[in-house]
Amino acid sequence: MTTTQTLDDASRDVRPDAARGTPGTGRGQHENRDAYLFLAPYLLLFVAFVIAPFGYGLWISLHEYDYSLPEKPWVGLDNYTGLVDGTSPYAEAFWDSMKATWIFTVLSVPLLLVLPLLVAMVMNEKFRGRNLFRAMYFAPYVLGVAVVAVLWRYLLDSNIGLVNHYLGVLGLPSDTAWLTSQPWAWISLVGVTVWWTLGFNAIIYLAALGEISPDLYEAARMDGANGWQRFVHVTLPGLRPVLLFVTSVTIIASVNMFGQSFLMTQGGPGTETRTAIYQIADTGLTNFNSGDSTAMSMIFSFFLMLVSVLVFFLFRDRQPEGNRR
Amino acid sequence: MSTATPTRTPDNDASSRDTDNTARLRRTLQYGVLGVLTLLFVSPLLYMLSTAFKTTGDAASPDPQWIPDNPTTQAFEAILDNDGTPVVRWLVNSLVAAGLQSLLIVATAALAGYALARMDFAGKKWIFGIIIGTLFIPPVILLIPNYLITSRIGWLDTLAAVIVPGAAGAFGVFFMRQFFLGLPIELEEAAYVDGAGRLRTFLSIALPMAGPALATLAVITFLAFWNDYLWPVIVCQNNCTLPAGLRLLQRQFTGDPGLVMAGAVVAAIPVLILYLALQRYIVQSVASSGIKG
Repeated sequence: MTTTQTLDDASRDVRPDAARGTPGTGRGQHENRDAYLFLAPYLLLFVAFVIAPFGYGLWISLHEYDYSLPEKPWVGLDNYTGLVDGTSPYAEAFWDSMKATWIFTVLSVPLLLVLPLLVAMVMNEKFRGRNLFRAMYFAPYVLGVAVVAVLWRYLLDSNIGLVNHYLGVLGLPSDTAWLTSQPWAWISLVGVTVWWTLGFNAIIYLAALGEISPDLYEAARMDGANGWQRFVHVTLPGLRPVLLFVTSVTIIASVNMFGQSFLMTQGGPGTETRTAIYQIADTGLTNFNSGDSTAMSMIFSFFLMLVSVLVFFLFRDRQPEGNRR
Repeated sequence: MSTATPTRTPDNDASSRDTDNTARLRRTLQYGVLGVLTLLFVSPLLYMLSTAFKTTGDAASPDPQWIPDNPTTQAFEAILDNDGTPVVRWLVNSLVAAGLQSLLIVATAALAGYALARMDFAGKKWIFGIIIGTLFIPPVILLIPNYLITSRIGWLDTLAAVIVPGAAGAFGVFFMRQFFLGLPIELEEAAYVDGAGRLRTFLSIALPMAGPALATLAVITFLAFWNDYLWPVIVCQNNCTLPAGLRLLQRQFTGDPGLVMAGAVVAAIPVLILYLALQRYIVQSVASSGIKG
């Protein structure tokens, strides 16, 4: 993610040099105390719910950890190796869920990058009702995934759903089992996800498009650039800073998909749309196998971080001018 | 639709009649696209609303009724009178929890972000480095351990479980630190020299200037809470917030989509009203999260 300031820039202190005084006199000595008082509320949360669980998670992953049983024997890296070499009883389910996550990500991310950009470009002009349109496209995101999934489950119902009804009206097959057969289950999950989050990315694109100077388009036009050339040479470079942000956020959201599949397909048909997060939660919380579950989350995170680094360098290499405001 | 020529015509050097035609075509195309999109985005919501007012039979009928043939509020009565599906309570709980979590994040992040931006203290580099480092940890790593911790401190099935652990993320602190670094320092210096303490300088000078940043952070965290599904469903399954609630509703009334839609409407309407009222502001917050991101 791009940042307006680099992480290591020196912080500025409000105290002018004169007020610093010698150690042990004046205000300087309270500085540590004051700073930690400011930090204390957050650090309390941070240690309790980020640092402690992180260490705890590592520890759990090295044990056969069923929290309903008194004994939780140390197993070293067995939880990891079992998943990797396939000897763990969960190995197959886990890698299937990784595959499902991969399928969903590959299908949804390109759509979630391109469609919102098209929408944003259509809207990147002053016209009557612009704010109203923008508000409507963003509305599903505000409703939350629970409402969205419950609604679409009804609309996609194979017998009484609106979708099949209108397909029938158009003379198309009207008995598609959208949520219980493949590839329709994936198409439904991807489609609903696009419907739900398109507005979010579109708003970010729209704001970034507004920051591109019209002079650049004018200059490109003077040089005889056609629409496509202007898009490639003016629009895309102008969007580059937010493109990294939008791509990262979209990939992370898609890889972490859970609610849609949990509510709409229940991971089905079979377990085909059961994503990694779904499998991790199921292993840890339904089957009480926290050791395997946390090991899965570590392996999953390893892959996710690999992808994030890849995305970061993909965009950084082509970004000569560095961070833009 | 206005007939005024748009500020940006596609080709300035084409003949003026061509320009007019292209502009008109462009505008027609634009409104066409917008119209289709509007249909796609709004009609499902309207259908949800309409179905909530249908009889059980009409709601489950394969022939769509956009306007209910026999409008009735029986679906609302059925879920609102049912102690097993307290939709209103789920909604209020969700709103309260989202609000409290936003408040908790904004308050702790503003304080911590200010310390990291403006104060000099032992261990600062380490603390900042560790906080930032956790931004890159996928949250799923913390899922099971946090569930066990939450369970051990007896928070399962309480709103505290939904509110507090989720407020520990590093994003807010980073966001506020960046904001305070961007503020001109002179006013704070003047107050400090005049003898105001750290807290007073922070409360009376820095915080008032941080209003828009605090509001943006609050909106972003509120939306993130609203769209989080996994955590609230696992820590609070009984009569808690909407995520688990709507699932319960869906399971309980599989054969009665009218009731499920009525529940969804109850969950959706207040949020939509809130959203429409604050629309400009919410949209701006999201947009700026990308540009500043």
